[in-house]
Amino acid sequence: MDQVQDEQRTDAAPTDEANLITRLRNGDEVAFESIVSRYHETMIAVARSYVKSDDVAEEVVQEAWVGVLNGLDRFERRSSLKTWIMRILVNTALTRGGREARSVPFSSLIPAEEEEPLVEPERFRPPGAAFAGHWARYPHDWTTLPSEALLGRETLDVVKHAIEELPGPQRTVIAMRDVAGFTAEEVREVLEVSESNQRVLLHRARSRVRAAIERHLDG
Amino acid sequence: MAEPADHITCEEVVALVSDYLDGALPPEQVELFEQHLNFCEGCGAYVEQMRTTVAAVGRIREEDLPADTLDRLLAAFRDWRRQ
Repeated sequence: MDQVQDEQRTDAAPTDEANLITRLRNGDEVAFESIVSRYHETMIAVARSYVKSDDVAEEVVQEAWVGVLNGLDRFERRSSLKTWIMRILVNTALTRGGREARSVPFSSLIPAEEEEPLVEPERFRPPGAAFAGHWARYPHDWTTLPSEALLGRETLDVVKHAIEELPGPQRTVIAMRDVAGFTAEEVREVLEVSESNQRVLLHRARSRVRAAIERHLDG
Repeated sequence: MAEPADHITCEEVVALVSDYLDGALPPEQVELFEQHLNFCEGCGAYVEQMRTTVAAVGRIREEDLPADTLDRLLAAFRDWRRQ
């Protein structure tokens, strides 16, 4: 089976995680800085789905980090560290309910099955034509491009911008899955969404980012 | 019930690609998907584009945090450590 391969994405080995937790409990600043750089942006993306402004999202994330530190001694490792951190974040965002009009469960933010096309329909042969549903015009072969075209600064900025422009729930799921390396199961656990919602949101998000890269590369 | 499909179209490949890359397709669909890729250059290119997209998104995490954000969090960390 053809899985997305990414060495760095694999979770830290359990002993590494235990080690990190011990260092955090001991007040090791380097350890704190490393988990903050790893998860902060993803936490912002997640928080952004629950509250109505970037400023409030920043506050919620900051509050969640304090919650993480205060809870560290009670953390029993029944879930991975990052799942636990994200659950604290979601609970912090939801707790703002009293103060913020828009703190609602994630699943209620997902729009009802809107059928946005994933690739422009005109790229396929129309129903009734010969080879209906097949490409009218092939996508370009990116494997022949120099790697800096694909992974250089400019393309990464396009990717970042495309993610920022996504509807909240799509942005949250792609940030967790593809930026922070959460598994599908962890995403379901943190956000309390169904498997099919998780898959559809990820699919739509990846498709939109792909389209943004394509517009950038094909001009 | 429609008859079980013996092939899928390019449009269907596009709809399934994310699940395919995640290993989330049932085996019989994987078979149809890969059969299609064997003869369809356009979909081969599309699947590669999606793979590249996922890899590019994965590189964002290497970005540094803004210094003021990090400073604020480190200040919170030091407060916590003092308690």
